[in-house]
Amino acid sequence: MMCTTCGCGEGETSIDGHHHHHDHPLPVAGRQATASRAPGLAQARMVRIEQDILSKNNGYAAANRRLLAGCGITALNLVSSPGSGKTTLLTRTLCDLKGEVPMAVVEGDQQTSRDAERIRATGVRAVQINTGKGCHLDAHMVGHALASLKPEANSLLFIENVGNLVCPAAFDLGEACKVAILWVTEGEDKPLKYPDMFAAAGLMLLNKIDLLPHLAFDVAQCIGYARRVNPGIQVLQVSAATGEGMDGWYRWLRETRRMTPAGLSEPAAA
Amino acid sequence: MHEISLCEDVVQLIEAQAGVQGFRRVRTVRLEIGSLAGVEIEAMRFGFDAVARGSIADGASLEIIEVPGTAWCPHCRKQVGVELRFDACPDCGHQPLQLTAGDEMRILELEVE
Repeated sequence: MMCTTCGCGEGETSIDGHHHHHDHPLPVAGRQATASRAPGLAQARMVRIEQDILSKNNGYAAANRRLLAGCGITALNLVSSPGSGKTTLLTRTLCDLKGEVPMAVVEGDQQTSRDAERIRATGVRAVQINTGKGCHLDAHMVGHALASLKPEANSLLFIENVGNLVCPAAFDLGEACKVAILWVTEGEDKPLKYPDMFAAAGLMLLNKIDLLPHLAFDVAQCIGYARRVNPGIQVLQVSAATGEGMDGWYRWLRETRRMTPAGLSEPAAA
Repeated sequence: MHEISLCEDVVQLIEAQAGVQGFRRVRTVRLEIGSLAGVEIEAMRFGFDAVARGSIADGASLEIIEVPGTAWCPHCRKQVGVELRFDACPDCGHQPLQLTAGDEMRILELEVE
């Protein structure tokens, strides 16, 4: 199947069941050939490239960021290990804020559209990206998802990344902020074990705190470890199940949204 | 696991360069990967051969220059070696340090024909 947005062909990734591929011609930013010939190899020559391997992803991320900024959309990239309760946290948030702010969701999983269905059950629009073998969302997939989702101007956009504390850290999606969700059975030292993710996040949500009475989890030590890798990280303690602490999260969302300048237009289709 | 997608990005960046720099085959790809970049070098080597198959870099040898982690200690006022991104200064224990090298992920150059 050919994608109508950019003409890319079939691949591993699919958005709401439609396949997408990653073979766009890219703007070329490298240097000109130095044309120094290696001795003994008649036709061979060296060319300098000196390009960041992530430059392709970063280019797509910048395009997403421009699109979102033009529409005043605040995008948050939710990252965590599997089972942290991201989707439950999200569905509760959507139900509680539905009357207050327009919202939309991009769901990322290797397989199935179960999470997108859970989101849609709240009445909020969602698009599901299946990454196939991929272990993270990249900015190109998210660009496609935005074109198909067309989130409302001045809305809150949640991008629920694939459950993985390693790979999504390196891939900018064009979001305003990464939110790392950690839950209280994971062990206090997760921020030290996966420092790149906690260094990249602006907010850490410590989830399922209703379970704390049953566990030997040291909240202060966990926060201390998170601040060791990222002195500026904000931390909120929440329980999506009981609602405890969710007001603090909503205040944070309102504040982050307030800092996004209002947009003038609806997102373009492409 | 993201080494495979990094390899895909490398191959696509190379293919984008082929038209500009006028080459049809790549013999060697030289990368610079920092020891703190979160990249598993062996997974990168393994992934590259598979990802490059059928591309302009099919059969190309992959050379990876590993860059050790280096940081500036504002207390000692000197560069120190670090093994983890958030290590304290090995001499005075100061933290945080300012990372100066070791998070690179770059394509340096290609041997082409």
